[in-house]
Amino acid sequence: MKITAEEVRYVADLANLRLSDGEVARLRADLDGILEHMDKLNEADTGGVEPMAQVLFAAGETATLRADIPVAPLGNEAALAHAPQRGAGYFKVPKVIER
Amino acid sequence: MDIPSLTIDGVRAGLLARRFSAVELTAEALRFAEAENPRTNAYLHFSTERALAQARRVDQQVARGEDPGPLAAVPVAVKDVIVTQGVRTTCGSKLLAHYVPPYDATAVARLERAGGVMLGKTNCDEFAMGSSNENSAFGPVRNPVALDRVPGGSSGGSAAAVAQGTAVVALGSDTGGSIRQPASFCGVVGVTPTYGRVSRYGLTAFASSLDHIGPFARTVKDAATLLGVIAGRDVRDSTSAAAPVPDYTALLDGNVKGLKLGLPREYLRELTKETGEPILRGVERLRKLGCEVREISLPATDYAIACYYIIATAEASSNLARYDGVRYTTRSGHGETLSDMYRNTRGEGFGAECKRRIMLGTYVLSAGYYDAYYLKAQKVRALIARDFANALQEVDAIVAPVSPFPAFKLGEKIDDPVAMYLSDIYTITGSLAGIPCMSVPCGETAEGLPVGMQILTRHFDEATMFRLADALEKTMGVGNARTQQRG
Repeated sequence: MKITAEEVRYVADLANLRLSDGEVARLRADLDGILEHMDKLNEADTGGVEPMAQVLFAAGETATLRADIPVAPLGNEAALAHAPQRGAGYFKVPKVIER
Repeated sequence: MDIPSLTIDGVRAGLLARRFSAVELTAEALRFAEAENPRTNAYLHFSTERALAQARRVDQQVARGEDPGPLAAVPVAVKDVIVTQGVRTTCGSKLLAHYVPPYDATAVARLERAGGVMLGKTNCDEFAMGSSNENSAFGPVRNPVALDRVPGGSSGGSAAAVAQGTAVVALGSDTGGSIRQPASFCGVVGVTPTYGRVSRYGLTAFASSLDHIGPFARTVKDAATLLGVIAGRDVRDSTSAAAPVPDYTALLDGNVKGLKLGLPREYLRELTKETGEPILRGVERLRKLGCEVREISLPATDYAIACYYIIATAEASSNLARYDGVRYTTRSGHGETLSDMYRNTRGEGFGAECKRRIMLGTYVLSAGYYDAYYLKAQKVRALIARDFANALQEVDAIVAPVSPFPAFKLGEKIDDPVAMYLSDIYTITGSLAGIPCMSVPCGETAEGLPVGMQILTRHFDEATMFRLADALEKTMGVGNARTQQRG
């Protein structure tokens, strides 16, 4: 077994996902199968190989910089248009700290 | 007007000869698409007002004697992970069921500037995660060629709309095969351009080091025209490339003599007979046209699935953190504290596949596992990219299958995530290397299901890829005589 139900709950906590007990059981089995396949990577000889984080092209270091010209921002009203809860020009959320 | 047989050139000729106006064509195309859509569920919603306003602009340009642009009046479908100002963009997710973006993706702005008319937004797997389009919160898409089968994913709606004839061309997105695989399943042309070729500004991020926007079309020429319109540097996407964009259509003369093609040994090993035979017959046709075919080796192929599903899910777990119920995500009504609200919003909102990938991505990045999984996968990615770089020094293009099998039945693989992931084997390698790759119709199985040939070339050499696909299309017939008409 590659992963336990406890580990699944721990990872769900890191990912801010509320899971039902049924989902935990299902995900444990799914992740177990997937991680087993992932072991395949251990067969690859990567000695001396630099990790590739991005598709890099031969371009100068500043090639992707744009000119520093101010442009109008999105605007408060457009940004708040879909806020589930808003007030005084801000996004409102449930309480963070107990007083 | 026979909407399903329209091409970009056909629309332009009819418009300029005043056989129809852009408004007439758009109204007819919308009427046809709305009538046909219930068969496949390809579109999630139509953007009727915006389409007709754009058509009126095109008609005014024509009336003034101005050039209305290379896509003038062409009906276009846009995958619903690409944001559109004032037009709902759901990403196939309950979490964004009511989201109406305040800005346009660059690709959409460019296609409208070129005269294109967006008819609506197409269905897809939730946040583009899936290979069958069964992970949409708004119901699966059916393959117009065979309605009991999947259209492929994640851009299943865009592929189905083009195959069904309810759009002339479409935009999709591809992270590990999400354009090429549905194109092959539905018998249309689908293109994943070089990484960085098309701006991703306004593309909802899945895995940022792998995400692409690309075209679907019924003909190679139409796909080449659409790519020419959307490609090129965009200051709003720092990963978009400054490389000049050639006129892809100018090179489509059918002459491919002397081009060297590589057939990867590792891709043929486990290929089933039903998809393998049409591919090998297609390769034989290219040989007869004067291409030189040789076997090549891409030895790191065996590690590609594991490598991809670590990197893509790791990036996804980070990108999908933004759906938290604070700014635009539909918020759960449960939860007294901020932390509870986050957890409930995400737990109630994400579908099973998104949860699986967020969990896998979070796991491989978590303390103690980072080196064994994520760092190792990044090194293997370098091996895969090196394989392609080496092979493409020897040959001008690589020809390969797109998928190990043709379109499968709805429900057939949905309960087996590993089997579903394994079906991406031939497409994820090109994605990891960032090279241009496409699917072009290449015959069918004994059952009459479409088979796509994949063509892969060097970074920024989409031109050679289009030349080969066009030559194959010229010898085999467009869409191989429209498999989809039987649908």
